[in-house]
Amino acid sequence: MSDLDLRGVSRWYGNVVAVNDVTMNLGPGVTGLLGPNGAGKTTLLHMMAGFLAPSRGEVLIDGDATWRNPAIYRKLGLVNEREAVYGFLSGKEFVRASAKLHGLPDADAATRRAVELVEMADAQDRRMDTYSKGMRQRMRVAAALVHDPAVLLLDEPFNGMDPRQRMHMMDLLHRLGAQGRTVLFSSHILEEVEQVSGTVQVIVAGRLAASGDYRTIRRLMTHRPHVFAIRSSDDRRLAVALMASDSVAGVTLGKDGLTVHAGDYGTFTRALPRIALDEGVRVRQLIPSDESLESVFSYLVSA
Amino acid sequence: MTIAWITARGLLGRRRSWLLLPMPLILIGVTAVGLAFDAPAADLIDGVLLGLGVAVILPLVSLIVGTGVLGSEIDDGTVVHILTKPIPRSRIILSKLVVAATVSAVTVAVPMFVAAAMVGGVKLGLGFAAACVAGAIAYSALFLALSVVTRRPVLVGLLYVVIWEGLLSNLVTGTRTVSVQHFVIKFAAEVSGSSLFATTVSTAVAAVMTVVFTVVGTWLATQRLRSFSVAGETS
Repeated sequence: MSDLDLRGVSRWYGNVVAVNDVTMNLGPGVTGLLGPNGAGKTTLLHMMAGFLAPSRGEVLIDGDATWRNPAIYRKLGLVNEREAVYGFLSGKEFVRASAKLHGLPDADAATRRAVELVEMADAQDRRMDTYSKGMRQRMRVAAALVHDPAVLLLDEPFNGMDPRQRMHMMDLLHRLGAQGRTVLFSSHILEEVEQVSGTVQVIVAGRLAASGDYRTIRRLMTHRPHVFAIRSSDDRRLAVALMASDSVAGVTLGKDGLTVHAGDYGTFTRALPRIALDEGVRVRQLIPSDESLESVFSYLVSA
Repeated sequence: MTIAWITARGLLGRRRSWLLLPMPLILIGVTAVGLAFDAPAADLIDGVLLGLGVAVILPLVSLIVGTGVLGSEIDDGTVVHILTKPIPRSRIILSKLVVAATVSAVTVAVPMFVAAAMVGGVKLGLGFAAACVAGAIAYSALFLALSVVTRRPVLVGLLYVVIWEGLLSNLVTGTRTVSVQHFVIKFAAEVSGSSLFATTVSTAVAAVMTVVFTVVGTWLATQRLRSFSVAGETS
């Protein structure tokens, strides 16, 4: 059992702030690091793994800094996003090399255990450049796990996997978390995080936007106010009628039609046709204006 | 040991490494042609052994190998597999240096021995072979350090070999005290006892500077590897 502690961690490149004052504490179990592309997830993971110095703050594993401290790798395993492997080695040789580099007393047994854990025993003697993306990813996980680390970091582990490989990997992460390891994986896809982890850290534009139980965050994401752009035959008349509806929180009347803030997606979209019909207004256009993941995230930041 | 094993396999498995193969053959071939035409020994030493062997083949082989053992792993990202291990960074660098120096030394010293022995007997052969081993070690440390210091080690290495050693050190004799090429010439002359070639660098300076190149290169590489940062792209 180990815990990973980030205290006021920032990282900037020149004038660009990639990670801004992030404080979090991760204990045993699986945690998802969720955020849109470019939010700073990889930068954060690199700092956790000791491959980047924080510009400010500190990253600690059980009280020891990860930067410039190779001893930390005794309890840390990393599966980074660049899937570079030594293609000329077989999967088994690759994992075994990891075991040897860790100086494990029984490298063969450790290799066997790790390969079995990721269920790659059948393909272990093939050269790694013949592997599919998912197989390579699993072997890399095996290599990262060969020394039985308490902390495992994975950067976008589901990227480019087919649904079956994805389920496999999710199942594996579940088991690792259940064994009492501190597992952190990054993703920009909510569904992935939801299926694997109990807790979520949401990072947007380098800041920690939300953290906690995924159900709470999921609820925040779907039951948030939605904004619609509407054009109709009589915008003013429709605006008055909409304001009378419970499902509408606000209406702005502009030159190009209405901007409607709805309290809840489902109720509003069901109510709109009825209201329009009652008022004899013809709706020409209805566009939900903030459905991108980024807007979901930015909503979370302000929540 | 494992690092050296992976490094050696990676090095010899890369297509670029096979560029090394023809070079020793060219050296011996050109020497044989020269002898067939009864060229004087002094001309062969100056033109082939020094001009081709010491000035071109030794630095080029060392450059390809020296940047290949670590630079290409940094390029393709596989270096992370070695860095995520609780191994002192000095040991990683030393393993890489041993592999690089051994491969370069063997690739260059053996054909140099053969070519020089053809020209001036076994003693001249031994002189060139020994000098090339020393040169391979110093070059390897230099190019290994370049791999961690700059993102373009091959380019910087070539600039050093071509501009500094090839051009400057032949025009301005003072620059020879930081030119591996001239240490090698000095060692070869010293060990073989031949009076057919010489350089202005003294034996003591050549010996001390070879050690300095090796030690400083290794130290610098270790220091830089200790604070090795993965390129900060966010995604």
